Amino acid sequence: MLMEKIMKVNECELILEISGMGCKSCVSKIEKAFNALSIVEKSCVDFELKKLTLIGNIEKQQAISLIEELGYHAQTFNRANTEISIAEKSTTSLKKSSNCCCSSASKADEIIIAKISEPEGQKLAQASPLNQKNEQQKSKTTELIIEGATCASCVGKIETALSEINGVNSAEMNFALRTVSISGDVESYVLIKAIETIGYKARSASDISDDELLDEKEVADKKYYTSLMRQMWVALGLGVPLMIYSLFGGPMTVETSLERGVWLFIGILCVAIMYFAGKHFYIGAWKSFANHTANMDTLIALGTGTAWIYSMIVVFFPLALPEMARHVYFEATAMIIGLINLGLALEVKARGRISEAIKRLIGLQAKTARVVRDQQEIDIAIDQVLLNDIVRVRPGEKIPVDGVVIQGHTSIDESMLTGEPMPVEKVENDEIVAGTLNKSGSILFKATKVGKDTALAQIINMVKRAQNSKPPIGRLADIISAYFVPVVMIISIVSALVWLNFGPSPALAYAVVSATTVLIIACPCALGLATPMSVMVGVGKAAEAGVLIRNGEALQTASKITAMILDKTGTITEGAPTVTDIIIADKSYTKKYILMVAASIESGSEHPLAQAIVDSAIEQKIVPETISDFQAIAGHGVEAQFNDHKLLFGNQKLMLKNGVVLFDFVAKAQKLANEAKTPMYLAIDNKLAAIIAVSDPIKKDSVEAIKRLQANGIRVVMLTGDNRATANAVAKKVGITEVFAEVLPEEKSNKVAELQAQGEIVGMTGDGINDAPALALANVGFAIGTGTDVAIESADITLMRGSLHGLADAIAVSKATLRNIKQNLFGAFIYNVAGVPFAAGILYPFFGLLLSPVIAGAAMAFSSLTVVSNANRLRFFKPQEH
Amino acid sequence: MLIINLIGLGLIALIVWWFWLYKPQSTQVSDEHNISEITVVIEDGIYQPANISLLENKTLNIKFIRKDESPCAATVLFPDLEISADLPLNKEFSVQLPAMKKGEYAFHCQMKMYNGSVVVK
Repeated sequence: MLMEKIMKVNECELILEISGMGCKSCVSKIEKAFNALSIVEKSCVDFELKKLTLIGNIEKQQAISLIEELGYHAQTFNRANTEISIAEKSTTSLKKSSNCCCSSASKADEIIIAKISEPEGQKLAQASPLNQKNEQQKSKTTELIIEGATCASCVGKIETALSEINGVNSAEMNFALRTVSISGDVESYVLIKAIETIGYKARSASDISDDELLDEKEVADKKYYTSLMRQMWVALGLGVPLMIYSLFGGPMTVETSLERGVWLFIGILCVAIMYFAGKHFYIGAWKSFANHTANMDTLIALGTGTAWIYSMIVVFFPLALPEMARHVYFEATAMIIGLINLGLALEVKARGRISEAIKRLIGLQAKTARVVRDQQEIDIAIDQVLLNDIVRVRPGEKIPVDGVVIQGHTSIDESMLTGEPMPVEKVENDEIVAGTLNKSGSILFKATKVGKDTALAQIINMVKRAQNSKPPIGRLADIISAYFVPVVMIISIVSALVWLNFGPSPALAYAVVSATTVLIIACPCALGLATPMSVMVGVGKAAEAGVLIRNGEALQTASKITAMILDKTGTITEGAPTVTDIIIADKSYTKKYILMVAASIESGSEHPLAQAIVDSAIEQKIVPETISDFQAIAGHGVEAQFNDHKLLFGNQKLMLKNGVVLFDFVAKAQKLANEAKTPMYLAIDNKLAAIIAVSDPIKKDSVEAIKRLQANGIRVVMLTGDNRATANAVAKKVGITEVFAEVLPEEKSNKVAELQAQGEIVGMTGDGINDAPALALANVGFAIGTGTDVAIESADITLMRGSLHGLADAIAVSKATLRNIKQNLFGAFIYNVAGVPFAAGILYPFFGLLLSPVIAGAAMAFSSLTVVSNANRLRFFKPQEH
Repeated sequence: MLIINLIGLGLIALIVWWFWLYKPQSTQVSDEHNISEITVVIEDGIYQPANISLLENKTLNIKFIRKDESPCAATVLFPDLEISADLPLNKEFSVQLPAMKKGEYAFHCQMKMYNGSVVVK
């Protein structure tokens, strides 16, 4: 006989002890039976402990009865017996595993029971060999947040899965917080994978959030800036006095013993400066060299090193050199190090401003959320919010995660994401998005997307990815960058050899100066920075305007668009049509009956026009009836049977095809079409019964946005499956002269190809599933963010709001960015193409001009700063001229 | 002068060989828990190791530890895989690469001054 005792871990959890199970198939039989009940959320059977855990609202007696019906016996869980049983098992088979969802005989169960029945259980847990091992080994602890753990018995499954990983010393889950703490030297992704394998989701609690990453970056950049400025002052502390001395005619040569002593002292001071202020260049150069690569450090180290070594040779062996070549260049070494550190410091500052847009997006994320757990509202960190958590948001607070409103109504400001200034009303069952602002009411909502799955997190991710992608225009700079430094080194050697072979006296001094100057003036950084800096600002600017650009290629191509195809429904129009007219042709039918028949036909369709008819019927409390033999005829309409009557509902082509006589109703339909309405004929038993007209209002700013596109010289074309007369009427209203009407869904991409064949660079804008192939084929596909996911996935650019101004904004930003990139690339190319030969002394034979290495250092330091500053100008660009 | 010219030409040849013709050996990634992983330290202007080799159709977890303060080192790009990451200073940051086909996949900083490659064999 088993004792009856009930134990509730929480209000909706029931644990029962089962007897009579012979094999593990009994487990699935019992679980299946309970899972089929709507009042049971989850059931788990632990075969070895003979334990059934039920989550839901089932009563104990109900559960016992069901088990009896299945041929087993049940009673409430006996804690005392289980503790003994677990204590025995814990010393023998802690690592034994089970395929059961509530794994048994494991350390995991030991811990659950230990928590429930402390202090005895706790002692048992502490006495286990695993814990002894734990105490002996000091290893790192990893904290993971678990999703999908609905019952306390899931704890066992998770802990067992983790404990079985080599290197894990212990795993303890806190069910209330849904966190698990793992001790052992195992990487978090290995742990996460193990948890995912058994059907749960996990993420690291220590994952660095975008916000933290940004803060850390700012602190690190500030520290780096301070350190560079300090190094700059140290280097210029010696370089500037020497430079002034030289400029005022002070001899920089070694003639006397006193001069040798003084210059030797300065040379040693210079070494100290090279160490304190330029160490990073030399270490970087050496490591790159050892790694068979070369970078900016290589050029600076070689340039300053050559100047210093030559100067020291002059100091130590002046007599070995011709008299005119006994010139020292210590000021060049110190000045170059100082100026380049200054340039780098200013670049760090300027770069900080480049990522302003992404900072603003990241700043939209709320830090905490107020969730309802155990019937209490508690404030928790945003990363602790779990899927399906009920979240409270009060007026003035940010929406912390994506979700669906379940209680209350409010207005939400979505302008930060969509650029749409008007707040949007939200009631029950409406979706809300993280990062937007609750303006008025207090609401409760259910979290549907958390962490990195929220729309805001994905937008941030997309913007970051796009910011780091390069448009094709940057590829040439990339190729050049890859060969640049070694090529400059070769030019430097060639220059020195030319001076030594053909140069005037002192040829050696000229050779040293030209070789050093070539190395110093060349600036691979300006080339490398030219494209990415502008892309970062441009993509960020677009995001601020509610335009998400997928990658650099889309950004570049958008600037070249010559023709833009706009889908009519949902793009130019609101996509929410309404029934405007019902014209009866056969007086034996009433308008109500016609609407009922039409709604019955269209109730299965998702097309916006069909939806308009169904909505209109529902508004008039007309209930659609069941129809049969429904058949959709692409480009024509539908055919169906209703109470032994044949129904035809669609356009003129469908009627003519079936021999329906239209009389003068063609003219009436034409009149409706001329008013930008879509007329549809309804025939019953091949006899015209009525015309139903549906109208889709044009978005209020479509006309203005289309004008903006046309003002940019873009050929705007409207594309629609609608009849020609309606299409022409809508086109006329919005100022479009070219229309592709009556286009079948599968023909949309053909129209894109048609324009491409005419030599146009085509942009296609759409929102529906059937637009996806055309969006993919177009040179740039634009999806309306309020449209379907399929359209968004197929598009290169997504407009986060419905307004077509987003198109003009996207093109304007893309043109401005490309212009900026071209300026940067031109500057960087010209600088290097002109600077390197000038430094090598190409002007010397004609004008006697040879550049000083110090001037080269200053030019080099400020060339990359110029590129970054020019990219920063884009921040002030305003795409919205409306 | 002849000797100086020969030294100069020799240096040029050395540059060509050292930076372009020499093929450095790549570091084979470890394969624990059936997941390939490797730690890449970013310090003093380079990725260490910079050349990584991996077997075909294996996912790769690269743990970047950025010790280089330069802002250029803060971003790593894998252009062929359309992956990029912002790397925190003095902290480990994992970048997961999908299973790749045979070939060479470059990774670099924004300016291409820090260069590395994943060679899939």
